[in-house]
Amino acid sequence: MTKVENNKAWWLVLPVFLIVAFSAIIPLMTVVNYSVQDIFDPYTRYFVGTEWFKQVMTDSRLHDALIRQFIYSFTILAIEIPLGIAVALMMPTKGRGASLALILVAIPLLIPWNVVGTIWQIFGRADIGLFGAMMAELGINYNYASEPMHAWLTVVLMDVWHWTPLVALLCYSGLRAIPEVYYQAARIDKASRWAVFRYIQLPKLTNVLIIGVLLRFMDSFMIYTEPFVLTGGGPGTSTTFLSQSLVQQAIGQFDLGPAAAFSLVYFLIILLVCWVFYTTIMNMQKDK
Amino acid sequence: MAWMSWTLPTAAFFAGIALILVAMTTWQVISPSVERRGFLPLDTTRGDRLFIGLLTSAFIHLGFVALSDVSLYVATALCVVWMIILMRWG
Repeated sequence: MTKVENNKAWWLVLPVFLIVAFSAIIPLMTVVNYSVQDIFDPYTRYFVGTEWFKQVMTDSRLHDALIRQFIYSFTILAIEIPLGIAVALMMPTKGRGASLALILVAIPLLIPWNVVGTIWQIFGRADIGLFGAMMAELGINYNYASEPMHAWLTVVLMDVWHWTPLVALLCYSGLRAIPEVYYQAARIDKASRWAVFRYIQLPKLTNVLIIGVLLRFMDSFMIYTEPFVLTGGGPGTSTTFLSQSLVQQAIGQFDLGPAAAFSLVYFLIILLVCWVFYTTIMNMQKDK
Repeated sequence: MAWMSWTLPTAAFFAGIALILVAMTTWQVISPSVERRGFLPLDTTRGDRLFIGLLTSAFIHLGFVALSDVSLYVATALCVVWMIILMRWG
């Protein structure tokens, strides 16, 4: 029997295409238009060519924000991924304890971003916050509002607290999917705990870990709300990340042209990183 | 459409992209692309190579804007050559 070619199903994609056009493609086109013009109001605008791009690409403030952004994203990945795996390995697997642990671990994920920022803002204060008071008791003059290092520590801790559960839950589900026979074989071979982790659990976790890394990288790369609420990007500009610089420029100073050029550069960086991750995932699956 | 603040160069740019997409779709319908491996270290279809080409072209243009005062036509010419190499042997 010959296979019938019928492409009519493509019409079913049309509504999605229309929605994406309205929500993403048309706004993106507008951003491109803005990026080559100096706009005062909708009727007073001047074509400036690539001037904004030149300005944005040579702006040291934005370079600093970009470097900060990469350091931040890689720091939280370096902490959250190993910690998430460790938490998943320690979580109980059977009985009521398992359900209870799952609920407790998932709680931080349910809290809205701005509330997370507020919680940590209070938590870190030396006068009314538990964490701040504890640091003061230890003899450390902890103040995230004036010390850049303390601000960084608080922002990183906050992200680790908020998002390690996601990695832990992903790993937990990955661990539950490993058939019992692998562990039986390991027991017969008298494999050590480390060998079981290294040669059974870790290889089986690869796929969920890739998803975890991808999600955490993307999310942390566009982080905005939590540092905005917690430190407002300060002290100085020490915790001002890319999206916050962008908002300051676009809405704070109303520099729509440079902000549009900046968004496009930001968009291209994210597109590149997404593509690298996506290609890596697809090729890894193909190799299997 | 006034609120979108169109200019001639950006309109030409998007028209170009739209034309490329239409042309690639037509080509795909007439002779479907087969995944293969060229000098890139991964298997790619025609569409993959187009995407890689467009993305690298964007970065090449940004590099020219950021690092030199050379006319962007030079960057565009370079990208066209790169695109041809990539589509043919990539």
